[in-house]
Amino acid sequence: MVADVADALSGVADGSTVLIGGFGLAGHPVQLIDGLLEQGARDLTIVSNNAGNGDTGLAALLAAGRVSKVVCSFPRQVDSYVFDGLYRTGQVQLELVPQGNLAERIRAGGAGLGGFFTPTGFGTPLAEGKETRQIDGSWYVFETPIRGDVALVGGYLGDPLGNVVYRKTSRNFNPVMAAAADLSIVQVDRVVGVGDLDPEAVVTPGIYVDRVVAVGDREWLRERA
Amino acid sequence: MSLSRSQLAARIAADIPDGSYVNLGIGSPTLVADHLTADRDITLQTENGLLGMGPAVTGPAIDPDLVNAGKIPVSELPGASYFHQADSFAMMRGGHLDICVLGAFQVSTSGDLANWHTGDQDAIPAVGGAMDLAVGAKQSWVMMDLLTKTGESRLVERCSYPLTGVGCVTRVYTDRAVFSVGASGARVLERFDTTLDELRELTGLPWNEA
Repeated sequence: MVADVADALSGVADGSTVLIGGFGLAGHPVQLIDGLLEQGARDLTIVSNNAGNGDTGLAALLAAGRVSKVVCSFPRQVDSYVFDGLYRTGQVQLELVPQGNLAERIRAGGAGLGGFFTPTGFGTPLAEGKETRQIDGSWYVFETPIRGDVALVGGYLGDPLGNVVYRKTSRNFNPVMAAAADLSIVQVDRVVGVGDLDPEAVVTPGIYVDRVVAVGDREWLRERA
Repeated sequence: MSLSRSQLAARIAADIPDGSYVNLGIGSPTLVADHLTADRDITLQTENGLLGMGPAVTGPAIDPDLVNAGKIPVSELPGASYFHQADSFAMMRGGHLDICVLGAFQVSTSGDLANWHTGDQDAIPAVGGAMDLAVGAKQSWVMMDLLTKTGESRLVERCSYPLTGVGCVTRVYTDRAVFSVGASGARVLERFDTTLDELRELTGLPWNEA
């Protein structure tokens, strides 16, 4: 457990590969990304499903010129204008990965696997140059694992041991990313006491998590309280 | 005469068997959900991690933590479950989903699908879950207009756009007709105020009926 967002981000080096959770803004760890912006690391490779929405979170990091490469499945959205501009002017590289491959490559990274054969993408431009194999009559493409130097994870509640639960569809990529980085940093609304989370309901066991920081109740839950 | 989008969505909904697990792709396939009435026993999956998805919501019912694959605010139904992205796509590739309904730029008579990229070099490519969905569900159905705005057939002998999946589509629902494609053979299943000859002329393909 760390005291604040600045402590949570200390030590992130230039040139790091950073896994960032979220599907659009759902589960996107906006406060941690703001902290990374403050912290100043640059020349980052970002692995995330999207390439930023509006002006917050990953979009803000891109706008500040901190990102040299984005690995994602769906960069182009109605509000991805920051990424769009940088990509068109050649200021950021893109590696496009089908969404299920992205999730499974990160899972493999966290699970100590050297990769996997998947039917996804076989015969398409995104499989060009990759090893293929016929297994039990069907064709598969070999995909390699993805690991991060750092993972920024958007949780809901956590405890001091690093156990985390998520909220609704904000879970998305967060649990697989938490497991696949050397330094796994989780923001949660609140840190509860050890034993307060139902062990049956814990989604990310604390063994995967290095730092937990409380950032306060999310806006829409504050309004409802 | 042909079917409107909403009529076509209703037609697709009627073909989905009760008891099915279904994923509706972003864009017009989401209209199919409007025709899955409460008396139907159909469970919707959204690949960002929810099984038992309910209708889209507006106003105070919006919860930014509860969205569908198109990032539209939705609801959860009683008995819903949440899971992470790797589980969600394992569910898909593992053959647990019965049907997915996808939009398309082009479909070939052999069932090849092109729906992620027009090949335009200036376009920013985005693929999302399309390639995983196309090969993952037990059946992939396509919902699309038969013709482009300039009158070219989207149903073709061979796709000219970059492929999403090879031989993955089994059925194509268009405003003019429903087609079977892929390994089981290409044929017309149903026509909407369009003759077989008109379909042959519009597509340049030698259609026959089942």
